[in-house]
Amino acid sequence: MTTVASDLHAKPSWRSARSAIMTGLMVAAVGAVALPLVAVLWAVIERGASVAFASFPDFFTSEIPVISRRAGPGMGPAIVGTFLVTGGATLLSVPLGILGAIYLNEYGGTRKLARAVRFMATVMTGVPSIVMGLFIYIMWTMRFGYSAFGGALALAALMLPVVIGSTEQMLRLVPSHLREASYALGATKSRTIIAIVLPAAAPGIVSGCLLAVARAAGETAPLLFAVGAATAYNPSLFDEANTSLSLQIFGNATSSFAAAQDRAWGAAFTLVLLTFLVTFIARVVTARFSRMR
Amino acid sequence: MQLSELHARSQHADRAFRVLAVVAATTVLVVLALITVTMSKRAWPVLEHMGLDFFTSSRWSAPEGIYGALPFIFGTLFTATIALALAVPVSLGVALFITQVAPPWLKKPMVYLLDLLAVVPSVVFGLWGVLVLSQHFGLGRSFLTAGIILAVMITPIITSLSREVIETTPQTDKEAALALGATRWEMIGASVLPHSKGGLVGAVMLGLGRALGETIAAALVIGSALGQITLDPYASGNSMPAVIANEFGESDGMHKSALIALAVTLFVITIIVNLVATAIVQRSMRRSRGT
Repeated sequence: MTTVASDLHAKPSWRSARSAIMTGLMVAAVGAVALPLVAVLWAVIERGASVAFASFPDFFTSEIPVISRRAGPGMGPAIVGTFLVTGGATLLSVPLGILGAIYLNEYGGTRKLARAVRFMATVMTGVPSIVMGLFIYIMWTMRFGYSAFGGALALAALMLPVVIGSTEQMLRLVPSHLREASYALGATKSRTIIAIVLPAAAPGIVSGCLLAVARAAGETAPLLFAVGAATAYNPSLFDEANTSLSLQIFGNATSSFAAAQDRAWGAAFTLVLLTFLVTFIARVVTARFSRMR
Repeated sequence: MQLSELHARSQHADRAFRVLAVVAATTVLVVLALITVTMSKRAWPVLEHMGLDFFTSSRWSAPEGIYGALPFIFGTLFTATIALALAVPVSLGVALFITQVAPPWLKKPMVYLLDLLAVVPSVVFGLWGVLVLSQHFGLGRSFLTAGIILAVMITPIITSLSREVIETTPQTDKEAALALGATRWEMIGASVLPHSKGGLVGAVMLGLGRALGETIAAALVIGSALGQITLDPYASGNSMPAVIANEFGESDGMHKSALIALAVTLFVITIIVNLVATAIVQRSMRRSRGT
C-alpha cells in the first residue's frame, strides 16, 4: 500500500492539531494563573507603596490612629507586633521541631513511637489555622489575657509539624558514612549528631525553617483571639494586648473609611515585602548549599 | 581525670540528649491530644443542647439560643467546590506546561515564582478580594467571590505538588510513546497521566484541605449572610471558618460552645481529607519509585 508512506508526509493531521490546541490550553492556563496573581501584587504595590512611602518613614514608625477614619500614617506598632509574635513562634517551634526531627531520623527510625509522631505531624499540618486559634484561646488567652505570646503559641503550634517535616527530610539526605566515620573515631551518638549530622544538613534546615517563618508571619486567623487590638507600641512579649500587620489588614479591609483602607494597603505592602524577603533569604541559603555540594 | 570517668560522663550526656529528642517529638502527640480533648469538652454543651439538629438545622440565631450549622457546612463545601472547579484544570495545565512544554530557561523562574506566590498571606488575597474583585467586577460579596479567591490561593499548592508528581514519570515511558509516533498530547495521555494519576488526585485533595480550612480570605468576601443555602453562586453566604472568625469575639456561653463545635466539625472534615490525600500521594510516590 503506497498510501501509508504518503500519509506520513501528509499535512498536519487532526492529531497534531489537537496536540497544538492542548498545548495552547496549557499556555492559556499559565495566563489564567498569572492574571489574578499579577493583579493582586500590582494592587498591593500600586496602592500600598504610595501609602507606605508617603512622608517616609512615618508609616513604618508612627502609632496607629485610634479613630480609624482619621487619615494619616501609622503601622509601627503592628510591625513590632508582627516581629514579636513571629519571633516568639520561631524561638518556640524551631528548636523543638529540629529536636523532634532528630529523634525521628536518628533514633526512632521505624519504631512505633516514631511512626506515631510522623503520622500525627501529618495530621497536625492539616489543622485549620482558625482551629489552632480557638485552641490557644481556650488554653492560654482565657487564663492570661491578650498578649503577643498567645499569638506566638498559636503560630508555633502551626509551624512545629512543618519544621519537623522539612528538617527530617534534610537529615535523611546526610549520607550515613559521615555518621559511621564519626563513630569509628569514638564519638558518641549525641556528639555525632551535634558535630557532624546537623552541620551537614544546616543549610537545608535553615531554609526550611525560614519558609515556615514566612508562612507564619502572614497568618491572621490564629492571632484573632489571642493578640488583641492595640494601637500603641507594646514591646512586651507577655503583657497587654498587641497587634500585627495581618490583624491590621483584616480589621481595616472591611472599613468603609478610605483612610483605614489606605492603611490596610500600606500594611499589606509591608507584610508582602517582609514575607518575600524571608523567602528570598531562604532561596539564597539553598542556592549556596547546592553550590557547596 | 580517669578515662572511665570521662566515658561515663559522655554516656550520661548521650542519654540526656536522647531523652530531650524524645520529649520534643512527643510534643506533637501532646498538642494534638490537648486540641482534641479541650475542644471536644468545650463543644459538648451545644451538642447536648441541640443534639443532631446542630448538623441538620439551618437556623442559627444566637439571641434565641438556636444553633443549626448546616448553612455554614454547606457554604464551606460549596465555596471549596467552586475553588476546585476553577483551580484544578488551571493547575494541571500549568504543571503540564512547566514539565512538558516549557524550555529549561523558563522552567526555573516559573517554579520560583509559584513558590513565591504560595507565601503571599491569605489576608492580602482577602483584602484584594473585598476591595477590588468584589467591587470592580460586579461580583459583590458572594460564594463565587470566595470561590475565586480560594482558587487563586490554592493554585500554587496544587500546581507545585502536581509538578513534583508528574516529574517522576520515567523518561523511557515518554520516549516510548514519542517513538511510536505519538504527538505531545498523546504522549501525555498515554504516559504521563496514567503514571501520575494517583499523585494528582492526592495533590487536588491537599488543595481541597487547604480550601476548606481557609478562614480569613473567606471571612472577608463571602458576605456573612446567615442561613443561606442556595446554589446561586452570586448569593451571599457563610462558611464555618468565616463564622468563627466573625462571631467568636462577641460570643459567650452557649454561643461560644457552638462556635467551638463548628471548629471541631471543620477540624474533623479537614483531617479526613488531608489523611486520605497524604495516603494517596505517598502510595503513588512509592509505586512510581518502584519500591
